Amino acid sequence: MVTYIIRRLIWGVFMLAIVSVITFAIFFLVPRLTGATSESLASRYVGRTASAQQVKVAAEKLGFNDPLIVQYGRFAKGIVTGADYDYGPGVERCPAPCFGYSFLTRLPVWPDLLNRLPVTLSLALGAAVLWLIAGVATGVLSALKRGSVFDRAAMGIALAGVSLPIFFTGIVSLVLFSYGRPLAITAPGGSFTPFFDNPAQWAYNLILPWITLAFLYAAGYARLTRSGMLETMNEDYIRTARAKGLAERVVVFKHGLRGALTPILTIFGLDLGLLMGGAVLTESTFSLPGIGKYAIDAITNQDLPKVMGVTLVAAFFVVVANLVVDLLYAVVDPRVRLA
Amino acid sequence: MSFLELKDLRVHFPTDDGLVRSVDGLSFRLERGKTLGIVGESGSGKSVTSLAVLGLHKGTRAKISGEIWLDGEELVSASAEHVRTLRGKKMAMIFQDPLSAMHPYYSVGAQIIEAYRIHNDVSKAVARKHAIDLLGRVGIPQPDRRVDSYPHEFSGGMRQRAMIAMALSCDPELLIADEPTTALDVTVQAQILDLMRDLQQEFDSALIIITHDLGVVAELSDDILVMYGGKCIEYGSAEDIFERPEHPYTWGLLGSMPRLDRERTERLMPIKGTPPSLINVPTGCAFHPRCAFEPRTEGKGRTVVPELLETEGGHLVRCHLSLEERRATWENEIKPKLESA
Repeated sequence: MVTYIIRRLIWGVFMLAIVSVITFAIFFLVPRLTGATSESLASRYVGRTASAQQVKVAAEKLGFNDPLIVQYGRFAKGIVTGADYDYGPGVERCPAPCFGYSFLTRLPVWPDLLNRLPVTLSLALGAAVLWLIAGVATGVLSALKRGSVFDRAAMGIALAGVSLPIFFTGIVSLVLFSYGRPLAITAPGGSFTPFFDNPAQWAYNLILPWITLAFLYAAGYARLTRSGMLETMNEDYIRTARAKGLAERVVVFKHGLRGALTPILTIFGLDLGLLMGGAVLTESTFSLPGIGKYAIDAITNQDLPKVMGVTLVAAFFVVVANLVVDLLYAVVDPRVRLA
Repeated sequence: MSFLELKDLRVHFPTDDGLVRSVDGLSFRLERGKTLGIVGESGSGKSVTSLAVLGLHKGTRAKISGEIWLDGEELVSASAEHVRTLRGKKMAMIFQDPLSAMHPYYSVGAQIIEAYRIHNDVSKAVARKHAIDLLGRVGIPQPDRRVDSYPHEFSGGMRQRAMIAMALSCDPELLIADEPTTALDVTVQAQILDLMRDLQQEFDSALIIITHDLGVVAELSDDILVMYGGKCIEYGSAEDIFERPEHPYTWGLLGSMPRLDRERTERLMPIKGTPPSLINVPTGCAFHPRCAFEPRTEGKGRTVVPELLETEGGHLVRCHLSLEERRATWENEIKPKLESA
């Protein structure tokens, strides 16, 4: 078990290193290949009004003329120890982990991301709790009452849930519950209150995004749980559980759901990891100042270091989620431990 | 009244293709301390019968009629909840494939503890001690350590022993073993059968062994019931069935037993054809399409369903051939073939 954990940890660190190489390549190698010069990269930092001479100096100082491998080394070192940016007018300190330096605001990316992380985490975790409960409960009920009116209705709604995009369901729910006069019971979006300032206000501001996002995911989980439950409830060990004289409720939850839980847990971890890197559509639709919104704004403004920072943070969450899922897998399924 | 008595039990499953008559009018009795072997091919209704006794068809689409009396209580008409309280305590079951019949995510001990605590209001620690005790009694070495093992960490024979320990956890008075040795090596089979015989004597429980293997029932059974197409076609003491079998299907089963004392070329005399469809059961005698003696019934085999009639001393046979004809055929045609060659 311990060697298993260590192996997975080493693998996770290795994955992050690979991710940093790929990210670096996307933002610094690919522009070169498509014809960008070191001057045109540097000009982003000094602005369009700068003279050709200023740009040349900046390119030299920022190290864009160095071999790519040296540039990557500096980039990686920046993430670990921080870096100094010197593009002419003065030296700017970018503390570790340095994910770059915004073209527009001339501020390091990392503190920005750190400020926005609570929004994204609040959104992702709250929605995750909702969709896990709603999806699994619906799936179990559907499986047990297979072919019933409930099953058909739930699966119909689930189909709608997985098919309808957030920007549709989000706007519809905003119109109905926020802007609609008789039903205006939730916040109109765009505001975020930190949990530790006021938990009630925090939840009130987030309830609509939570439900909208959870609806999308719950639908998939309901379908996954339903098919998993249909399979496990036909297993021999369910018959054994009944033959022991267990109450049906215990048979369903302790034996049936437990058997169907493994794939659900896997998908849950990965979904959650993916969302922590920014729920782009949800945050945009509800104007939540999270990482996803930050990424969209950065892309619109062509502020590449910000985009790169979001990419790295998102990749980090996915790798960590994978790691956690792998470890949980061994806890959930005792047969994995030997592998 | 007998400890267990089935009266005209019928278990039918409505399907899109028609009504599946898995069990169609089955009656038998069983006393405490006795063993009944139920023998038949796949789909003859053996397992469906045992699940019906345990009440495991309740809440499914199965249509059950007839009576099941267990220790003076009728179970077919009893509430599902009441039968549930008997399950595991008064009657328990050992299943065929212990790997798929045990939950892969719970340790063997946890599954035995669970079974014990359903019916006994004891602490986990007490139940755990009981589980270790049981594992030791069914012959698992180092039971205090193996109690925390998972089913996949056991060998096939050990798993079946654990399964037996689980079934015995509440000292059931009726134990049903559904193909208890089918998934096991031959050497392990013998050990498991010995174990079951010893435990039955120790607990004085009634035991039903369901199998397609006559060798297994020969080891253990007092009485044998041969099923075909959901009906009993021959019933008698083990001696009746092995020494004086009267039904052509039973002859076929005996001929299908591998034996070392026969010539290699003639070692097996399989029954031709396949088991009948339980939706479109053949008219007349269900066995007639596969029966070599059907021509001797003058067409009755194809049209009339034979009655289950007593020949002598509790030996029941469902066949159109006359008693004399059956005995003569067994003595002169079948027995010599099985014994010689």
